[in-house]
Amino acid sequence: MNRRVLLLAPFGVAIAAGAGFLAMLHRAEQGKFDPRGVPSMLIGKRVPAFNLPGDPGFADTDLTGRPILVNFFASWCVPCVEEAAILMGLKQGGIPVYGIAYKDKAPATAAFLAKHGNPFARLARDEDGRVAIDWGVTGVPETYLIDKDGIARARWVGALTLDTVTAEVQPMLRKYA
Amino acid sequence: MRRLWRSSPLPWGGLLLVLALLFATAPAHAISDPSEALPNPAQESRAVAIGKQLRCLVCQNESIEDSGADLARDLRKIVRQRVAAGDSDQQVIDWLVARYGNFVRLNPPLEWGTVLLWGSPLLALLVGGGIAWAARPRRPAPPAPLSAAEQTRLKSLLDT
Repeated sequence: MNRRVLLLAPFGVAIAAGAGFLAMLHRAEQGKFDPRGVPSMLIGKRVPAFNLPGDPGFADTDLTGRPILVNFFASWCVPCVEEAAILMGLKQGGIPVYGIAYKDKAPATAAFLAKHGNPFARLARDEDGRVAIDWGVTGVPETYLIDKDGIARARWVGALTLDTVTAEVQPMLRKYA
Repeated sequence: MRRLWRSSPLPWGGLLLVLALLFATAPAHAISDPSEALPNPAQESRAVAIGKQLRCLVCQNESIEDSGADLARDLRKIVRQRVAAGDSDQQVIDWLVARYGNFVRLNPPLEWGTVLLWGSPLLALLVGGGIAWAARPRRPAPPAPLSAAEQTRLKSLLDT
């Protein structure tokens, strides 16, 4: 190994690292890479057993027969306000959206839905947040696609946007219809 | 360099004080709510040891024992419930890994996805060792003995 190779090696390493970071940034911009993202363990698995009260509430056994979106939300959650309009749009498109109010009091949830619209075909309350932990939820809002056999097929962390709905949610709904 | 030390506004006593303060800080426990702790001190210390290995999913660089996030508090509660119910440390950790994946472990296991992570110290050692070896000072090889022609030429040069 000669001197020149030794001198150039650090530059080579720096260029390779730079290219790597550039690729990461690029993928992050496209939404394909989230350094803080927690991978969902639920994808490809049956939804864990639960039975939550609510209006009228629902159980894991209710999540079968057709693809359903399950949305974890809360009246105290700021991005959920923004997401409410998107969920209303999905409801108008005939897509069943079931809501699970995470760590929320019933009157607060009711007031939130009265103000921002109620997109939920069914509404359950997870007051102590235990069902959310069984699902691997790390915060609200989070949305899951459950197929007609009750298997979780996709998860979206954070508020759904129009872009996410057209680019990801609708294709997944078609795929599992 | 000596000069710099002497004229430094921080005399040795001050430096020692700073060092002492640096190491004197007690390990920070964000959580000091005694109502969370298990009544059995042995179980509580096991729960703390388990919680220290689990990542808070909200703040991510803190363990659930150190985090003030709501979800971390719920997870601490679950860890304590399971410890009190007689689960082994591994069973408690497995319970959380089943829901949040290996991401929840601050000490990830060695598997294909973490080979680079675990291998990086060895890799750094190999690369550094390789560079050190390649850059080692070398004594130049002794020159070959002079040939007969060179000998005579040298002799003639010296003689003139």
